[in-house]
Amino acid sequence: MLDDFLVRAALAGLGVALAAAPLGCFVVWRRMAYFGDATAHAAILGVALSLLLSTSIFAGVLVVSLLMATLVSLLSGRGYAMDTLLGVMAHSALAFGLVAVSFLSGVRIDLMAYLFGDILAVGKGDLALIGTGALLVVGLIGWRWSALLTATLDADLARASGVDPKREQLVLTLSLAVVVAVALKVVGVLLIAALLIIPAAAARPFCRTPEAMALLAAAIGAASTTGGLQAAYWLDTPTGPTIVSFAAILFALSSLAGRWRLSR
Amino acid sequence: MHLLSIDDLHVALGGRTVLEGIGLHIERGEIVTLVGPNGSGKSTLLRAIIGAVRPARGRLVRQPGVAIGYVPQRLAIDATLPMTVSRFLNLPRRHSTRTVRQALEQAGVPGLGRQQVTALSGGQFQRILLARALLEKPDLLLLDEATQGLDHRGTADFYRQIESVRRELGCAVLMVSHDLHVVMRASDRVVCLNRHVCCQGTPERVVASPAYRELFGPDTGDALALYRHDHPRQHDRSVGNPIPPAADTSHLEIAP
Repeated sequence: MLDDFLVRAALAGLGVALAAAPLGCFVVWRRMAYFGDATAHAAILGVALSLLLSTSIFAGVLVVSLLMATLVSLLSGRGYAMDTLLGVMAHSALAFGLVAVSFLSGVRIDLMAYLFGDILAVGKGDLALIGTGALLVVGLIGWRWSALLTATLDADLARASGVDPKREQLVLTLSLAVVVAVALKVVGVLLIAALLIIPAAAARPFCRTPEAMALLAAAIGAASTTGGLQAAYWLDTPTGPTIVSFAAILFALSSLAGRWRLSR
Repeated sequence: MHLLSIDDLHVALGGRTVLEGIGLHIERGEIVTLVGPNGSGKSTLLRAIIGAVRPARGRLVRQPGVAIGYVPQRLAIDATLPMTVSRFLNLPRRHSTRTVRQALEQAGVPGLGRQQVTALSGGQFQRILLARALLEKPDLLLLDEATQGLDHRGTADFYRQIESVRRELGCAVLMVSHDLHVVMRASDRVVCLNRHVCCQGTPERVVASPAYRELFGPDTGDALALYRHDHPRQHDRSVGNPIPPAADTSHLEIAP
């Protein structure tokens, strides 16, 4: 079954969608959307560095994303507004990454595959990595769920209940780096943040509890990846962008439905 | 041993000294109010007690096993976060449905469990925060301007609730308050803070002290004098007299 590239692509997409959903909810709740962007854009620098050092791309991306996320966490609240800081970091990382790639003479790399993903080229090894990464993230977030929620509500409130908000921030940062590394192949660096945010945002109007929102976001993410994959096959369009477009359409429908429910 | 002992506590934030040489001891069951002008370090002191800011120097010792309930100054819950009241009360630890119901009753907002937190009024939300603090079965309840944004009646009701909570749980209460008339009425002890402890003692003594007058100006003293004049009963507060009705509070507020 895994010999069919479409089956592998679908499984890879589902893995990423499941890991991205609960993490994406936290990204939305904590207003970290741009944080996700910055971490993802740093991935291209990771790709360049790992090609330069001939290490595994997954490891390179993971390390650089982690460094980026940690750097942003450290720098926040030191004179610049968070969005300014992230704007600087996200685009600098992308620019440096693209410059670094151009130095790689002799190695021909398909830049588009890293910018927009190449889900149809997912091999069995990639699939194992994506599966492991996704399980790791879902497990980590499931384990820390209550503490993460408390820290998301308010740092001092968490502290008073014995939850260390810095530790929970670290859990999110770590998960974000893993999801970026895992999703690189599926949607590419430019669209990873979309896969985090759009399903969570689309789930919001229908939920009364955080748990429900995470589950519904996972379902919407899964629908987007399988639907987008199918649509890309029929329309012969690039797969990553088609998946994100599919998610965006679901988001539009959900907000219309949410409005309609409110106005009734 | 004191429930909480603070000795010679210094706290600096961003290189600026916010608190210096704070000494404060809190006993089981007493209500202590922190008053002081803006920027005098009241909230920082509470944050130091919960461990959110690290002291630069000094000692801050809780009696072993002391549970702390904390009601923050304000809590903005992002509208993108769906959260029912009962889910909120079960964070980070789950409690039985019965315990949650009891805490809601104790905080004076029974039956709100299924509401969305973001749909509550300011007064209801403050009480939900109180209910959440009560679920921790606190020995020490910390309230940071918990009545901010409440009207006079809401404020009076809230403090009445605090008193009854103190009676039921026997916990100590340390609160920051700007409602000076409430301070007079509800506290066993007032601590006047302006980076250091200016003066502390019974409300009567603090109001009479020159340090307090200097901080809050003569007008405040007048208002309180008027209050004392209007309400001679308040001297019996220590023996547990019923609190005057809320209408008195609004009357007070418009007094010159």
